[in-house]
Amino acid sequence: MFENFDFNTISRSWEVLIFQGLAFTLQVTLLAMVGGIIFGTLLAMMRLSSIKAISWIAGTYVNFLRSIPLVLVIFWFFFLVPYIGAWLIGSPTPIKVGAFASALVTFIMFEACYYCEIMRAGIQSIPRGQVNAGSALGLNYWQVMGNVVLPQAFRNMIPVLLTQTIVLFQDVSLVYIISLPDFVTLASKIAQRDGRLIEMYLFVAVVYFVICLSLSMLVKRLQSRVAIVR
Amino acid sequence: MNYNWNWGIFWELSPDASGTYMETLFAGLRWTLATGVTAWIFALLLGAAIGTMRTTPVKWMVMLGNAYVELFRNIPLLVQMFLWFFVVPELLPKAWGTWIKQMPNASFWTAVVALSFFTSARVAEQVRAGIQSLPRGQLMAGTALGLTLPQTYRYVLLPMAFRIILPPLTSEFLNVIKNSAVALAIGLMELTARARSMQEFSFQVFEAFTAATLMYLLVNTVVVLGMRWVERWVAVPGYVGKNSGS
Repeated sequence: MFENFDFNTISRSWEVLIFQGLAFTLQVTLLAMVGGIIFGTLLAMMRLSSIKAISWIAGTYVNFLRSIPLVLVIFWFFFLVPYIGAWLIGSPTPIKVGAFASALVTFIMFEACYYCEIMRAGIQSIPRGQVNAGSALGLNYWQVMGNVVLPQAFRNMIPVLLTQTIVLFQDVSLVYIISLPDFVTLASKIAQRDGRLIEMYLFVAVVYFVICLSLSMLVKRLQSRVAIVR
Repeated sequence: MNYNWNWGIFWELSPDASGTYMETLFAGLRWTLATGVTAWIFALLLGAAIGTMRTTPVKWMVMLGNAYVELFRNIPLLVQMFLWFFVVPELLPKAWGTWIKQMPNASFWTAVVALSFFTSARVAEQVRAGIQSLPRGQLMAGTALGLTLPQTYRYVLLPMAFRIILPPLTSEFLNVIKNSAVALAIGLMELTARARSMQEFSFQVFEAFTAATLMYLLVNTVVVLGMRWVERWVAVPGYVGKNSGS
Protein backbone atom coordinates (compact mmCIF):
# COMPACT_ATOMS: atom_id res chain seq x y z
CA MET A 1 0.00 0.00 0.00
CA PHE A 2 2.83 2.41 0.79
CA GLU A 3 5.11 1.37 -2.08
CA ASN A 4 4.20 4.36 -4.26
CA PHE A 5 4.68 6.80 -1.44
CA ASP A 6 7.36 9.41 -1.47
CA PHE A 7 7.92 10.77 1.99
CA ASN A 8 10.89 12.80 0.71
CA THR A 9 8.46 15.58 -0.03
CA ILE A 10 8.08 15.97 3.72
CA SER A 11 11.76 15.68 4.61
CA ARG A 12 12.41 18.39 2.02
CA SER A 13 9.78 20.80 3.28
CA TRP A 14 9.15 20.10 6.94
CA GLU A 15 11.22 23.07 8.07
CA VAL A 16 9.05 25.52 6.13
CA LEU A 17 5.91 23.75 7.29
CA ILE A 18 6.80 23.78 10.96
CA PHE A 19 8.74 27.03 11.36
CA GLN A 20 6.50 29.10 9.09
CA GLY A 21 3.15 27.33 8.80
CA LEU A 22 2.75 25.83 12.23
CA ALA A 23 4.43 28.86 13.80
CA PHE A 24 1.82 31.11 12.14
CA THR A 25 -0.98 28.86 13.39
CA LEU A 26 0.41 28.83 16.93
CA GLN A 27 0.93 32.58 16.92
CA VAL A 28 -2.67 33.23 15.88
CA THR A 29 -3.88 30.67 18.42
CA LEU A 30 -1.99 32.17 21.35
CA LEU A 31 -2.78 35.81 20.58
CA ALA A 32 -6.44 34.98 19.88
CA MET A 33 -6.57 33.02 23.14
CA VAL A 34 -5.30 35.98 25.18
CA GLY A 35 -7.49 38.48 23.35
CA GLY A 36 -10.47 36.12 23.33
CA ILE A 37 -10.29 35.43 27.06
CA ILE A 38 -10.01 39.13 27.92
CA PHE A 39 -12.87 40.14 25.60
CA GLY A 40 -14.84 37.04 26.59
CA THR A 41 -14.54 37.86 30.29
CA LEU A 42 -15.76 41.40 29.61
CA LEU A 43 -18.69 39.95 27.64
CA ALA A 44 -19.47 37.58 30.50
CA MET A 45 -19.47 40.46 32.99
CA MET A 46 -21.78 42.37 30.64
CA ARG A 47 -24.11 39.38 30.30
CA LEU A 48 -24.36 39.11 34.07
CA SER A 49 -24.89 42.84 34.50
CA SER A 50 -28.01 43.98 36.30
CA ILE A 51 -28.49 46.69 33.68
CA LYS A 52 -30.85 45.08 31.15
CA ALA A 53 -29.54 46.94 28.09
CA ILE A 54 -25.93 45.91 28.69
CA SER A 55 -26.73 42.24 29.24
CA TRP A 56 -29.01 42.28 26.19
CA ILE A 57 -26.25 43.67 23.95
CA ALA A 58 -23.71 41.10 25.10
CA GLY A 59 -26.24 38.25 24.90
CA THR A 60 -27.29 39.17 21.39
CA TYR A 61 -23.70 39.46 20.22
CA VAL A 62 -22.76 36.07 21.65
CA ASN A 63 -25.85 34.24 20.41
CA PHE A 64 -25.57 35.84 17.00
CA LEU A 65 -21.95 34.84 16.38
CA ARG A 66 -22.55 31.38 17.82
CA SER A 67 -25.32 30.66 15.36
CA ILE A 68 -23.43 31.29 12.12
CA PRO A 69 -20.58 29.15 10.75
CA LEU A 70 -17.01 30.22 11.50
CA VAL A 71 -16.28 30.06 7.77
CA LEU A 72 -18.88 32.75 7.19
CA VAL A 73 -17.54 34.82 10.10
CA ILE A 74 -14.06 34.64 8.58
CA PHE A 75 -15.42 35.95 5.27
CA TRP A 76 -17.38 38.68 7.04
CA PHE A 77 -14.37 40.01 8.88
CA PHE A 78 -12.05 39.56 5.92
CA PHE A 79 -14.21 42.02 3.96
CA LEU A 80 -15.49 44.10 6.84
CA VAL A 81 -12.27 44.91 8.73
CA PRO A 82 -10.87 47.20 5.96
CA TYR A 83 -14.11 49.22 6.06
CA ILE A 84 -14.17 49.39 9.86
CA GLY A 85 -10.54 50.48 9.83
CA ALA A 86 -11.34 53.19 7.29
CA TRP A 87 -14.25 54.37 9.42
CA LEU A 88 -12.08 54.45 12.55
CA ILE A 89 -9.33 56.59 11.05
CA GLY A 90 -11.72 58.53 8.80
CA SER A 91 -10.19 57.37 5.54
CA PRO A 92 -12.43 57.66 2.45
CA THR A 93 -11.34 54.31 0.99
CA PRO A 94 -11.14 50.91 2.69
CA ILE A 95 -7.72 50.57 4.31
CA LYS A 96 -5.40 47.66 3.62
CA VAL A 97 -5.30 45.24 6.52
CA GLY A 98 -2.68 42.53 6.67
CA ALA A 99 -3.81 38.93 6.48
CA PHE A 100 -2.47 38.28 9.96
CA ALA A 101 -4.33 41.18 11.58
CA SER A 102 -7.56 40.24 9.83
CA ALA A 103 -7.34 36.63 11.01
CA LEU A 104 -6.48 37.73 14.52
CA VAL A 105 -9.44 40.11 14.79
CA THR A 106 -11.75 37.38 13.47
CA PHE A 107 -10.66 34.77 15.97
CA ILE A 108 -10.65 37.15 18.93
CA MET A 109 -14.19 38.32 18.15
CA PHE A 110 -15.46 34.80 17.41
CA GLU A 111 -13.78 32.79 20.16
CA ALA A 112 -14.64 35.47 22.74
CA CYS A 113 -18.25 34.23 22.45
CA TYR A 114 -17.21 30.75 23.53
CA TYR A 115 -14.83 31.99 26.23
CA CYS A 116 -17.68 34.25 27.41
CA GLU A 117 -19.98 31.30 28.05
CA ILE A 118 -17.20 29.53 29.97
CA MET A 119 -16.36 32.58 32.08
CA ARG A 120 -20.07 33.18 32.74
CA ALA A 121 -20.35 29.69 34.18
CA GLY A 122 -17.15 30.35 36.15
CA ILE A 123 -18.43 33.61 37.63
CA GLN A 124 -21.75 32.00 38.50
CA SER A 125 -19.92 29.17 40.26
CA ILE A 126 -18.64 31.63 42.88
CA PRO A 127 -21.07 31.80 45.82
CA ARG A 128 -23.13 34.98 45.86
CA GLY A 129 -22.17 35.56 49.49
CA GLN A 130 -18.61 36.40 48.47
CA VAL A 131 -19.84 39.29 46.32
CA ASN A 132 -22.01 40.51 49.17
CA ALA A 133 -19.14 40.15 51.64
CA GLY A 134 -16.91 42.13 49.28
CA SER A 135 -19.41 44.97 48.96
CA ALA A 136 -19.99 44.92 52.73
CA LEU A 137 -16.26 45.49 53.15
CA GLY A 138 -16.62 48.60 51.01
CA LEU A 139 -15.14 47.27 47.76
CA ASN A 140 -16.65 48.64 44.57
CA TYR A 141 -17.80 46.49 41.61
CA TRP A 142 -14.40 46.42 39.89
CA GLN A 143 -12.58 45.62 43.12
CA VAL A 144 -14.97 42.77 43.93
CA MET A 145 -14.62 41.39 40.41
CA GLY A 146 -10.88 41.90 40.12
CA ASN A 147 -9.84 40.75 43.57
CA VAL A 148 -12.48 38.26 44.65
CA VAL A 149 -14.61 36.77 41.88
CA LEU A 150 -12.49 36.65 38.71
CA PRO A 151 -9.32 35.06 40.16
CA GLN A 152 -11.38 32.15 41.50
CA ALA A 153 -13.64 31.92 38.46
CA PHE A 154 -10.62 31.90 36.20
CA ARG A 155 -8.88 29.23 38.23
CA ASN A 156 -11.98 27.01 38.29
CA MET A 157 -12.34 27.33 34.55
CA ILE A 158 -8.70 26.86 33.47
CA PRO A 159 -9.26 23.29 32.18
CA VAL A 160 -12.35 24.29 30.19
CA LEU A 161 -10.62 27.41 28.85
CA LEU A 162 -7.69 25.29 27.69
CA THR A 163 -10.00 22.75 26.06
CA GLN A 164 -11.61 25.61 24.16
CA THR A 165 -8.13 26.75 23.16
CA ILE A 166 -7.48 23.34 21.60
CA VAL A 167 -10.68 23.84 19.60
CA LEU A 168 -9.39 27.30 18.62
CA PHE A 169 -6.06 25.78 17.53
CA GLN A 170 -7.98 23.44 15.22
CA ASP A 171 -10.28 26.24 14.03
CA VAL A 172 -7.34 28.35 12.90
CA SER A 173 -6.87 25.82 10.07
CA LEU A 174 -9.96 27.41 8.47
CA VAL A 175 -7.93 30.46 7.40
CA TYR A 176 -7.14 28.15 4.48
CA ILE A 177 -10.29 29.52 2.79
CA ILE A 178 -8.80 33.01 2.65
CA SER A 179 -5.34 31.60 1.78
CA LEU A 180 -3.44 32.84 4.81
CA PRO A 181 -0.09 31.07 5.18
CA ASP A 182 -1.01 28.76 8.05
CA PHE A 183 0.06 25.13 8.46
CA VAL A 184 -2.71 23.63 6.29
CA THR A 185 -2.45 26.25 3.54
CA LEU A 186 1.33 25.87 3.21
CA ALA A 187 1.04 22.08 3.29
CA SER A 188 -1.57 22.06 0.55
CA LYS A 189 0.51 24.44 -1.59
CA ILE A 190 3.58 22.23 -1.30
CA ALA A 191 1.45 19.14 -1.81
CA GLN A 192 0.11 20.53 -5.06
CA ARG A 193 3.54 21.72 -6.22
CA ASP A 194 5.08 18.29 -5.64
CA GLY A 195 1.97 16.32 -6.60
CA ARG A 196 2.12 14.56 -3.25
CA LEU A 197 -1.28 15.18 -1.68
CA ILE A 198 -1.52 11.89 0.20
CA GLU A 199 1.78 12.06 2.04
CA MET A 200 1.34 15.71 2.89
CA TYR A 201 -2.22 15.51 4.24
CA LEU A 202 -1.36 12.42 6.27
CA PHE A 203 1.60 14.32 7.73
CA VAL A 204 -0.62 17.31 8.59
CA ALA A 205 -3.20 15.04 10.24
CA VAL A 206 -0.54 13.27 12.31
CA VAL A 207 1.00 16.56 13.50
CA TYR A 208 -2.40 17.95 14.53
CA PHE A 209 -3.35 14.67 16.19
CA VAL A 210 -0.15 14.46 18.23
CA ILE A 211 -0.32 18.10 19.37
CA CYS A 212 -4.03 18.08 20.24
CA LEU A 213 -3.94 14.70 21.97
CA SER A 214 -0.96 15.62 24.15
CA LEU A 215 -2.53 18.97 25.01
CA SER A 216 -5.84 17.37 25.96
CA MET A 217 -4.03 14.78 28.11
CA LEU A 218 -2.17 17.64 29.78
CA VAL A 219 -5.48 19.39 30.46
CA LYS A 220 -6.86 16.23 32.07
CA ARG A 221 -3.90 16.05 34.44
CA LEU A 222 -4.19 19.75 35.18
CA GLN A 223 -7.87 19.37 35.99
CA SER A 224 -7.18 17.35 39.11
CA ARG A 225 -4.43 19.73 40.24
CA VAL A 226 -6.13 23.11 39.96
CA ALA A 227 -9.28 22.09 41.79
CA ILE A 228 -9.72 24.43 44.76
CA VAL A 229 -10.13 22.54 47.98
CA ARG A 230 -13.02 24.03 49.90
CA MET B 1 -18.95 54.06 4.79
CA ASN B 2 -17.92 54.24 1.19
CA TYR B 3 -19.79 51.28 -0.22
CA ASN B 4 -22.44 51.04 -2.94
CA TRP B 5 -25.41 49.22 -1.48
CA ASN B 6 -27.63 47.46 -3.96
CA TRP B 7 -30.26 45.29 -2.35
CA GLY B 8 -31.90 44.72 -5.73
CA ILE B 9 -28.96 42.50 -6.62
CA PHE B 10 -30.83 39.40 -5.42
CA TRP B 11 -33.30 39.68 -8.28
CA GLU B 12 -30.64 39.98 -10.95
CA LEU B 13 -29.60 36.92 -12.92
CA SER B 14 -26.47 35.17 -11.74
CA PRO B 15 -23.81 34.44 -14.39
CA ASP B 16 -23.92 30.67 -13.82
CA ALA B 17 -27.28 30.72 -15.64
CA SER B 18 -29.17 28.95 -12.87
CA GLY B 19 -31.58 31.81 -12.16
CA THR B 20 -31.48 34.87 -9.94
CA TYR B 21 -28.94 35.28 -7.15
CA MET B 22 -31.74 34.63 -4.68
CA GLU B 23 -32.44 31.29 -6.32
CA THR B 24 -28.78 30.25 -6.22
CA LEU B 25 -28.63 31.14 -2.54
CA PHE B 26 -31.69 29.03 -1.82
CA ALA B 27 -30.15 26.18 -3.80
CA GLY B 28 -27.13 26.56 -1.51
CA LEU B 29 -29.36 26.46 1.54
CA ARG B 30 -30.84 23.19 0.27
CA TRP B 31 -27.33 21.69 -0.04
CA THR B 32 -26.46 22.92 3.46
CA LEU B 33 -29.58 21.30 4.88
CA ALA B 34 -29.14 18.08 2.88
CA THR B 35 -25.53 17.74 4.04
CA GLY B 36 -26.28 18.66 7.64
CA VAL B 37 -29.33 16.44 8.05
CA THR B 38 -27.83 13.38 6.31
CA ALA B 39 -24.61 13.66 8.32
CA TRP B 40 -26.64 14.18 11.50
CA ILE B 41 -28.58 10.94 11.02
CA PHE B 42 -25.37 8.92 10.54
CA ALA B 43 -23.61 10.77 13.38
CA LEU B 44 -26.47 10.08 15.76
CA LEU B 45 -26.54 6.34 15.00
CA LEU B 46 -22.77 5.97 15.08
CA GLY B 47 -22.34 8.23 18.10
CA ALA B 48 -25.02 6.40 20.08
CA ALA B 49 -23.31 3.07 19.38
CA ILE B 50 -19.81 4.31 20.24
CA GLY B 51 -21.00 6.24 23.31
CA THR B 52 -22.83 3.18 24.63
CA MET B 53 -19.77 1.00 24.02
CA ARG B 54 -17.73 3.31 26.21
CA THR B 55 -19.98 2.70 29.23
CA THR B 56 -20.13 -1.09 29.01
CA PRO B 57 -18.13 -3.26 31.41
CA VAL B 58 -16.36 -4.82 28.39
CA LYS B 59 -12.82 -3.49 28.44
CA TRP B 60 -11.88 -3.74 24.75
CA MET B 61 -15.10 -1.98 23.78
CA VAL B 62 -14.29 0.93 26.10
CA MET B 63 -10.77 1.20 24.68
CA LEU B 64 -11.99 1.02 21.09
CA GLY B 65 -14.61 3.69 21.80
CA ASN B 66 -12.09 5.97 23.50
CA ALA B 67 -9.61 5.60 20.62
CA TYR B 68 -12.37 6.39 18.12
CA VAL B 69 -13.37 9.56 19.95
CA GLU B 70 -9.78 10.77 20.37
CA LEU B 71 -9.01 10.12 16.70
CA PHE B 72 -11.90 12.16 15.34
CA ARG B 73 -11.72 14.92 17.94
CA ASN B 74 -8.05 15.73 17.63
CA ILE B 75 -7.81 16.41 13.89
CA PRO B 76 -9.34 19.63 12.48
CA LEU B 77 -12.50 19.08 10.45
CA LEU B 78 -10.91 20.72 7.40
CA VAL B 79 -8.00 18.27 7.48
CA GLN B 80 -10.42 15.36 7.93
CA MET B 81 -12.33 16.53 4.84
CA PHE B 82 -9.08 16.62 2.85
CA LEU B 83 -8.22 13.13 4.08
CA TRP B 84 -11.59 11.71 2.97
CA PHE B 85 -11.49 13.63 -0.31
CA PHE B 86 -7.89 13.27 -1.46
CA VAL B 87 -6.29 10.49 0.57
CA VAL B 88 -8.82 7.75 1.27
CA PRO B 89 -9.74 7.05 -2.40
CA GLU B 90 -6.03 6.50 -3.13
CA LEU B 91 -5.52 4.11 -0.24
CA LEU B 92 -8.43 1.89 -1.26
CA PRO B 93 -8.13 -0.77 -3.98
CA LYS B 94 -7.88 0.95 -7.35
CA ALA B 95 -11.34 0.03 -8.65
CA TRP B 96 -13.03 1.40 -5.52
CA GLY B 97 -10.99 4.58 -5.62
CA THR B 98 -11.95 5.22 -9.25
CA TRP B 99 -15.59 4.53 -8.43
CA ILE B 100 -15.51 7.06 -5.58
CA LYS B 101 -13.81 9.70 -7.69
CA GLN B 102 -16.31 9.29 -10.53
CA MET B 103 -19.33 9.35 -8.27
CA PRO B 104 -21.79 12.17 -9.02
CA ASN B 105 -21.83 14.73 -6.19
CA ALA B 106 -18.53 13.37 -4.85
CA SER B 107 -17.97 16.44 -2.69
CA PHE B 108 -21.43 16.09 -1.14
CA TRP B 109 -20.88 12.47 -0.13
CA THR B 110 -17.34 13.18 1.07
CA ALA B 111 -18.65 16.04 3.20
CA VAL B 112 -21.38 13.78 4.61
CA VAL B 113 -18.86 11.07 5.51
CA ALA B 114 -16.39 13.51 7.08
CA LEU B 115 -19.09 15.36 9.04
CA SER B 116 -20.68 12.09 10.18
CA PHE B 117 -17.49 10.74 11.68
CA PHE B 118 -16.44 14.11 13.12
CA THR B 119 -19.84 14.71 14.73
CA SER B 120 -20.30 11.10 15.85
CA ALA B 121 -17.27 11.43 18.13
CA ARG B 122 -18.88 14.43 19.80
CA VAL B 123 -22.26 12.71 20.05
CA ALA B 124 -20.52 9.69 21.56
CA GLU B 125 -19.05 11.93 24.25
CA GLN B 126 -22.53 13.29 25.07
CA VAL B 127 -24.12 9.82 25.10
CA ARG B 128 -21.41 8.52 27.44
CA ALA B 129 -21.89 11.49 29.78
CA GLY B 130 -25.67 10.97 29.68
CA ILE B 131 -25.48 7.30 30.58
CA GLN B 132 -22.92 7.93 33.31
CA SER B 133 -25.09 10.65 34.82
CA LEU B 134 -27.75 8.05 35.63
CA PRO B 135 -27.63 6.56 39.12
CA ARG B 136 -25.63 3.32 39.19
CA GLY B 137 -28.58 1.66 40.87
CA GLN B 138 -30.54 1.67 37.61
CA LEU B 139 -28.12 -0.74 35.92
CA MET B 140 -28.04 -2.92 39.03
CA ALA B 141 -31.81 -2.92 39.36
CA GLY B 142 -32.17 -3.83 35.71
CA THR B 143 -29.83 -6.79 35.92
CA ALA B 144 -31.29 -7.82 39.29
CA LEU B 145 -34.70 -8.04 37.63
CA GLY B 146 -33.23 -10.60 35.26
CA LEU B 147 -32.73 -8.35 32.23
CA THR B 148 -29.62 -9.05 30.18
CA LEU B 149 -27.10 -6.24 29.74
CA PRO B 150 -28.39 -5.29 26.24
CA GLN B 151 -31.96 -5.33 27.58
CA THR B 152 -31.02 -3.08 30.49
CA TYR B 153 -29.52 -0.63 28.05
CA ARG B 154 -32.46 -0.83 25.66
CA TYR B 155 -35.29 -0.51 28.18
CA VAL B 156 -33.76 1.26 31.20
CA LEU B 157 -30.62 3.28 30.57
CA LEU B 158 -30.79 4.58 26.99
CA PRO B 159 -34.37 5.95 27.06
CA MET B 160 -33.49 8.06 30.10
CA ALA B 161 -30.00 9.01 28.92
CA PHE B 162 -31.26 10.30 25.57
CA ARG B 163 -33.86 12.47 27.27
CA ILE B 164 -31.20 13.97 29.51
CA ILE B 165 -28.83 14.81 26.65
CA LEU B 166 -31.42 16.32 24.31
CA PRO B 167 -30.27 19.94 24.94
CA PRO B 168 -26.57 19.25 24.15
CA LEU B 169 -27.66 17.14 21.18
CA THR B 170 -29.60 20.16 19.91
CA SER B 171 -26.43 22.22 19.86
CA GLU B 172 -24.56 19.37 18.15
CA PHE B 173 -27.26 19.36 15.47
CA LEU B 174 -26.78 23.11 15.03
CA ASN B 175 -23.02 22.50 14.88
CA VAL B 176 -23.28 19.93 12.12
CA ILE B 177 -25.33 22.33 10.00
CA LYS B 178 -22.82 25.13 10.61
CA ASN B 179 -19.84 22.85 10.05
CA SER B 180 -21.15 21.86 6.63
CA ALA B 181 -19.81 25.25 5.51
CA VAL B 182 -16.28 23.83 5.83
CA ALA B 183 -17.14 21.60 2.85
CA LEU B 184 -16.74 24.59 0.53
CA ALA B 185 -13.01 23.79 0.73
CA ILE B 186 -13.67 20.53 -1.16
CA GLY B 187 -16.00 22.21 -3.64
CA LEU B 188 -19.46 21.68 -2.18
CA MET B 189 -21.66 24.56 -3.33
CA GLU B 190 -23.52 25.05 -0.06
CA LEU B 191 -24.85 28.30 1.33
CA THR B 192 -21.57 29.98 2.34
CA ALA B 193 -19.89 28.95 -0.92
CA ARG B 194 -22.82 30.40 -2.91
CA ALA B 195 -22.63 33.66 -0.96
CA ARG B 196 -18.90 33.82 -1.71
CA SER B 197 -19.37 33.21 -5.42
CA MET B 198 -22.20 35.73 -5.52
CA GLN B 199 -19.80 38.25 -3.99
CA GLU B 200 -17.15 37.39 -6.55
CA PHE B 201 -19.52 37.86 -9.49
CA SER B 202 -21.48 40.88 -8.30
CA PHE B 203 -19.03 42.63 -5.89
CA GLN B 204 -21.99 43.10 -3.50
CA VAL B 205 -20.05 41.58 -0.58
CA PHE B 206 -22.23 42.65 2.30
CA GLU B 207 -25.59 41.94 0.67
CA ALA B 208 -24.48 38.39 -0.15
CA PHE B 209 -23.17 37.64 3.33
CA THR B 210 -26.15 39.32 5.01
CA ALA B 211 -28.52 37.06 3.10
CA ALA B 212 -26.50 33.95 4.01
CA THR B 213 -26.34 35.04 7.65
CA LEU B 214 -30.10 35.57 7.81
CA MET B 215 -30.67 32.12 6.31
CA TYR B 216 -28.43 30.50 8.93
CA LEU B 217 -30.25 32.39 11.69
CA LEU B 218 -33.58 31.19 10.31
CA VAL B 219 -32.43 27.56 10.20
CA ASN B 220 -31.11 27.91 13.75
CA THR B 221 -34.41 29.24 15.04
CA VAL B 222 -36.39 26.48 13.35
CA VAL B 223 -34.10 23.78 14.77
CA VAL B 224 -34.18 25.22 18.29
CA LEU B 225 -37.99 25.52 18.29
CA GLY B 226 -38.34 22.03 16.79
CA MET B 227 -36.06 20.46 19.36
CA ARG B 228 -37.90 22.24 22.18
CA TRP B 229 -41.08 20.65 20.91
CA VAL B 230 -39.37 17.24 20.81
CA GLU B 231 -38.15 17.77 24.39
CA ARG B 232 -41.69 18.42 25.58
CA TRP B 233 -43.05 15.56 23.52
CA VAL B 234 -40.72 12.90 24.95
CA ALA B 235 -40.58 14.26 28.50
CA VAL B 236 -41.41 11.76 31.21
CA PRO B 237 -43.78 13.46 33.70
CA GLY B 238 -42.01 14.13 36.98
CA TYR B 239 -38.55 13.31 35.62
CA VAL B 240 -35.69 15.24 34.02
CA GLY B 241 -36.32 18.46 35.82
CA LYS B 242 -37.29 21.68 34.14
CA ASN B 243 -38.69 20.58 30.83
CA SER B 244 -41.25 18.12 32.09
CA GLY B 245 -43.32 20.73 33.90
CA SER B 246 -45.13 22.17 30.90
